[in-house]
Amino acid sequence: MTATRPNTPIANEGHFQSHYIPSTVDEQSEMLSALGIDNIDQLFADIPVEFRNPHLDLPAPLSELEIQQELGRMASKNRAMGSGPSFLGAGSYNHFIPSIIKSLITRGEFITAYTPYQAEASQGTLQVIYEFQTLICNLYGMEVANAGMYDGATSLAEAALMACRVTKREKVALADSISPAYIDVIRTYCQSQDIAVEIVDPSNPALGEETACLVLQYPNYFGYIEDLEALVDATHVQGALAVVSCDPTAMGMLQTPGHYGADIVTGDGQPLGIPVSYGGPYVGLFATKQEYIRQMPSRLSGRTIDKNGKTGYVLTLQTREQHIRRERATSNICTNEALYALASTIYMAAMGKQGMKQVAELCYHKSHYAAAQIASLPGYSLPIDKPFFQEFVVQCPSSPTDINKKLIDLNILGGLDVSEKIPDGMLLCVTEMNSKDDIDALVAALSELK
Amino acid sequence: MSPDDRKYTEEHEWVMIDGSDDGTAIAGITEYAQDQLGDIVFFELPKIGDSVAHLGKMGEVESVKAVSDLFSPINGTVTEINEKLLDHPELVNEDPFGEGWIIKVAMADVTELDSLMSSQDYDTFIAGL
Amino acid sequence: MQQGGNRQTEKLMLERSVPGRVGVVLPDLDVPAQPLPDNALLRDDLALPELSEPELVQYFTGLSLKNFSIDTHFYPLGSCTMKYNPKINDEVAFSPGFASIHPMQPAEHSQGALELLHKLQGFLGEITGLPAVSLATLAGAHGELGGMLMIRAHHLANGDTTRTKVAIPDSAHGTNPASAAMAGFDVVELASDEQGNVDLNALRAVSGPDLAGVMITLPSTLGLFDTHIVEVCNIVHEAGGLVYGDGANMNALLGRVKLGDLGFDVAHLNLHKTFSTPHGGGGPGAGPVCCTNQLAPYLAAPIVSQNGDSYEFSTPAKSIGKLSGFHGNFGVLVRAYTYIRTLGDAGIKSISGNAVLSANYMMNALRGVYHLPFDRTCMHEAVFSADFQKERGSSGLEIAKRLLDYGFHAPTMYFPLIVHEALMIEPTESETKETIDAFIQALIDIDQEVTDDKDLVNNAPHTTPVARLDEAKAARQPDLRWQPEAAD
Repeated sequence: MTATRPNTPIANEGHFQSHYIPSTVDEQSEMLSALGIDNIDQLFADIPVEFRNPHLDLPAPLSELEIQQELGRMASKNRAMGSGPSFLGAGSYNHFIPSIIKSLITRGEFITAYTPYQAEASQGTLQVIYEFQTLICNLYGMEVANAGMYDGATSLAEAALMACRVTKREKVALADSISPAYIDVIRTYCQSQDIAVEIVDPSNPALGEETACLVLQYPNYFGYIEDLEALVDATHVQGALAVVSCDPTAMGMLQTPGHYGADIVTGDGQPLGIPVSYGGPYVGLFATKQEYIRQMPSRLSGRTIDKNGKTGYVLTLQTREQHIRRERATSNICTNEALYALASTIYMAAMGKQGMKQVAELCYHKSHYAAAQIASLPGYSLPIDKPFFQEFVVQCPSSPTDINKKLIDLNILGGLDVSEKIPDGMLLCVTEMNSKDDIDALVAALSELK
Repeated sequence: MSPDDRKYTEEHEWVMIDGSDDGTAIAGITEYAQDQLGDIVFFELPKIGDSVAHLGKMGEVESVKAVSDLFSPINGTVTEINEKLLDHPELVNEDPFGEGWIIKVAMADVTELDSLMSSQDYDTFIAGL
Repeated sequence: MQQGGNRQTEKLMLERSVPGRVGVVLPDLDVPAQPLPDNALLRDDLALPELSEPELVQYFTGLSLKNFSIDTHFYPLGSCTMKYNPKINDEVAFSPGFASIHPMQPAEHSQGALELLHKLQGFLGEITGLPAVSLATLAGAHGELGGMLMIRAHHLANGDTTRTKVAIPDSAHGTNPASAAMAGFDVVELASDEQGNVDLNALRAVSGPDLAGVMITLPSTLGLFDTHIVEVCNIVHEAGGLVYGDGANMNALLGRVKLGDLGFDVAHLNLHKTFSTPHGGGGPGAGPVCCTNQLAPYLAAPIVSQNGDSYEFSTPAKSIGKLSGFHGNFGVLVRAYTYIRTLGDAGIKSISGNAVLSANYMMNALRGVYHLPFDRTCMHEAVFSADFQKERGSSGLEIAKRLLDYGFHAPTMYFPLIVHEALMIEPTESETKETIDAFIQALIDIDQEVTDDKDLVNNAPHTTPVARLDEAKAARQPDLRWQPEAAD
């Protein structure tokens, strides 16, 4: 196929006619002659000649047919969640995604639009963001939510930085029950800002007058429900902010962090209609109290009126952001994850009041059924005796990694090995995607593995 | 023409002794400043009791698409802020020399005002910008 | 038939909600019900909409029709590289073998994904001439933060604790100073000279033992290739600093020059600009960081390594750490891989050639009608000033808004900050000559309108779903979510 492509020399430069680039040789010549030159290379004369037109060691072009074949070959080497029972969670969750989400978010009007700075030409995106902010506030029981951050980890790191700005303190306390990846990302964000990072035991968090915030996860990394009420109160006693990273699916059922007085609530929006996609793109959720609004990072859409009195939406409170406040901005964030804020808005609306509750209950009952079945197997136990939502830790009779290798031979994707934290611990996740047959297959397999 | 009952800085603040005769000065930003800023949407003001220094940053003023520092025209201690601006920042657009005043300051040394620009000097200054 | 459909979108979802309607039917519980936790742990109510599937599809489709987008309108936003977003890229990214793989699943069951990432690292390293690459950063600004943290880590590892300053040209994107500040640096602004290049004297003045580095966008946000760039790198290096490259404008340079050859030490790329991944109305993006072998040990984790026939994640020896929850915006990386593979060596170079040709053609056609503050060969974008029109009573903002009535998205306005009444126009390589000619004609016509009927221009747009919005009201009384008591 490559041989049939036109390769007409134009003014000393090999011409390649890509299906993504309309200009033909004739049109290029016409434009060049309007400029009074005969060679595209002349337009690059400002580049020092010794560095111009370097050798580029890239593969030759492929047709779409060939690309489909190459990527199909790569994709076939990956195990997809849907190809067999899967019980891996740990921050990325396999949930049902209604078909309308992909159909709507891939509409060119949404997916090929830019950030809605030009309000009159972006009312669709701006109204979606306003809907997103509304639904996230309702989900978390908070007063204001932004248009989204990169992911759950960066949302939480930005929340920790914001707590330092609000309290003018420089120490953040992280519960040891939050995701290790979240801890790593918070450390990376804090390393250059003279902010001390302290890991605390949430059953007895020693906070002091220098502590800007206590950072919690709800349910925590291991799936268990922390005593948010007591922890938020203890944090407030010290004049610190309570920052909670919260699984949005659990909000179909559990009391909200807002109800307990949390000051900043973040989360990963991935469970709200976004594929696991090997870790991204997701969307970071970020909500807080009205009083802290000017310390918030990222975009906000506000409702206003146009000059004829008609309702419309604009990006607002932009003076917080980098394009205006530059080195004094609340964050450097610019491009966020707007398309996936749209996906999660559609998800929350499609699930709706009843569906969100139903999904949460399906996850709850199925995971508790699985936990009870596994705990009844000889050699297996549940080392943590606390209420949980959809994830729980099982203590295995041998190395969880070894058990996982045997499970995958049976086409079952097991849980995460957390034995560094809990001896022989495996963190299992059960969602509405796991049928009773899946769970029973897992239990049967585990009973054979010692 | 800027009012001639007060003094001015090159940062476009005005200041005058208020009627109380106890060394309290009242300060704000000029007509020129509000016009340059456009629609003002937010003020961040010092707290009562804060010390302010001549040409030191005392707060911020935000318009829709700009943030500017507010500088104190004088040395002293803040005794009052214009609370109305917190909900109605547009007062400064509407009446920068009157209802849109920003802070009151107990001055350490009232003679400090003598070193600031007169209205005439200020008008000449902005005409050259 | 009404243009753009006639489904009503004014009412928000919670206003149109009808108790009892459902948007999704879920399976029944197939395991025995389990005991619920203490009632105090459960919420009472969840205020989400109750709407059926057809209503949702109609509402969101209706909203989509209120957007300008690349697929529906020419979108010449300068510095944003709004080029065509190939559909095959989305199709591949959404295929189950990529979209349904779990980030923590074993490497032996993710070899296709890891191979793709490893090859993409190689492509981006080759294109930039900066061979070490981390794909873990999630947007351009995120890459900047990663790159600046690497510069900081490099100096600290050399025991160089006094390098606290980063110099950034006055034409830079706001993300540059914001990212440098997040990485703990003090920002010093660098003036541009009359040609739009970095002012070398200003640079020399700040290049001392406290200079950690500079952040340079190449071509600059003025759309110009800095003819002093090699000297800029030399001055900074001689002072012991490092050179960071903001790759936002790489569309101009693909295959024409490598940043590493010019002396850059570390740079990010915006895959959602140069490499055609869709902007999505503000994201997702991806901001891979490419650097010299010298800086490779500091790259953000993870990176992908090849070990014989297999691939695995690894953490560079002195990594600044993790900057994202997992391994980066994989779905975006798949799209960029697909794009580079499709175009190949010849196609990559054809992008920059056509993008730069179109920008110069447009600039040339409008010379004299609109003021050109830097009248020299431009790269992928041309920066005009509306000064000529402002004298007759219409600002850059008004001209930009009037373009919407002609069916063209507005250019970037009032940026870069050093150009008065700036209009920054980037046509990209994927627009036809017919479209560019029509756009040129629209700008000429609007210039005439400024003379003939200024009010028509100054009250634009007239044809969009809303007219100019009251932004002061939005900021003074922020209304950021719908609440029942606030409803009419």
